[in-house]
Amino acid sequence: MRVELSVNGRTVAVDVEPRRTLLDCLREDVGLDGTHAGCEHGVCGACTILLDGEPVRSCLMLAVQGDGHAITTIEGLSPGPGELSVLQDAFCETHGLQCGYCTPGMILAGQALLARTLSPSRAEIVEAISGNICRCTGYGQIVEAIALAAQRLRAANRKAGGA
Amino acid sequence: MKPVAFDYARPTSVPEACALLAGDENARVLAGGQTLIPMLAMRLARPSRLVDIARIPELSGTRDTGTHVVIGAATRQAVAERDPLVARKAPLLAKALPWVGHAPTRNRGTIGGSIANGDPAAEIPLVAVTLDAALVVETIAETSELTAVDFYLGPMITALPEGGILTSVRFPVWADGRIGTGFHEVSARKSDFAIVAAAAQVALDADGRCTALALGIGGAGDTPVRLDGVAQALIGSRLEEEAVREAVEAATAELETADDLHASAAYRRRVAATLARRAILDARDEAAGGRHAR
Repeated sequence: MRVELSVNGRTVAVDVEPRRTLLDCLREDVGLDGTHAGCEHGVCGACTILLDGEPVRSCLMLAVQGDGHAITTIEGLSPGPGELSVLQDAFCETHGLQCGYCTPGMILAGQALLARTLSPSRAEIVEAISGNICRCTGYGQIVEAIALAAQRLRAANRKAGGA
Repeated sequence: MKPVAFDYARPTSVPEACALLAGDENARVLAGGQTLIPMLAMRLARPSRLVDIARIPELSGTRDTGTHVVIGAATRQAVAERDPLVARKAPLLAKALPWVGHAPTRNRGTIGGSIANGDPAAEIPLVAVTLDAALVVETIAETSELTAVDFYLGPMITALPEGGILTSVRFPVWADGRIGTGFHEVSARKSDFAIVAAAAQVALDADGRCTALALGIGGAGDTPVRLDGVAQALIGSRLEEEAVREAVEAATAELETADDLHASAAYRRRVAATLARRAILDARDEAAGGRHAR
């Protein structure tokens, strides 16, 4: 089946079998392999993407269900080639990753939270990443990374607002 | 972890979807896919065709009929969770929704999908049984209505007719008195399926006497169950803790509970009694505080 997907603001037409998951489609057909394939049955959160700004598991969607939605993958967060977003940078700075396998999903889950609020409580941060499994960090530094990014984005907004 | 090959259809109306299902007994309905797609990945489900009902316009959204909050079956759980009508008039559902899966699965998962799937530990079926919601089912031949209590026959076994689609769920609105709700759950990890969950809704009159009470237990046995004996024992009382304790212990003593690697049958029965008591007392306090009073 032919499907038109909007990925990171770009329209991509792909020809896929109905059984193709959106995860596999993004990785194999669209060529964006920053979305990681973990458990492939909805448990680990490594394949998290944003669908119309909200986090969803791309292994629990078929590519043929994806038309008409705005899809954001980890590749869509970078402001330019070789650059990191504020949140990505905060993950590096706080050592919010070790092996990196869960990181794209964690960052997109955090990104969705920061789009809603720049003053998240610790409980809100924990809730936002509660569907994502990390087997390295113990989560502490991931929570710290999202809090640091929130703080920097708040400061940047204050500056931009002239306050 | 790759599904078998299948066809995919996206009908634009319920009759069209029913016709597709009637023409192929191995076709399955796809709504949010948060249970079905893992089943496909593990090849526990091997449908010939998926009939995607998620974009049929009349299956999404909520409305108020005065006596019921009607929720379209394909309404996303996250949408219902944020819906002010659900919060105001189906407060028990609003209270249970944050317990369903994780935010990313609620963004895709649907109200009707969870109810039709009928997992005995799932929260939305528990609320539907507790409030005895009416389930509207359409087939190519007819539209019928079942009560949630009659809908569940066993673990993931429902009275949904062959080729049928659950199209909407009608949660009764409690109009009289001050309404309060309580929801408690024990699971291995937050957001896992419940080992046991308890849901309660109560109505108090101006003197603080209970005029209506609904209590349901999920996760304990093959299907969610309503414990009507508790309501019979407690209506007319002020829901004093000791009376509530006695009523739930009497009602849960006969509860058929599952014995598996997660918990023994005896543990489930004890937890059910404790969570039921807490849910009722929370509901009482909330009603007394008037948070849902209208």
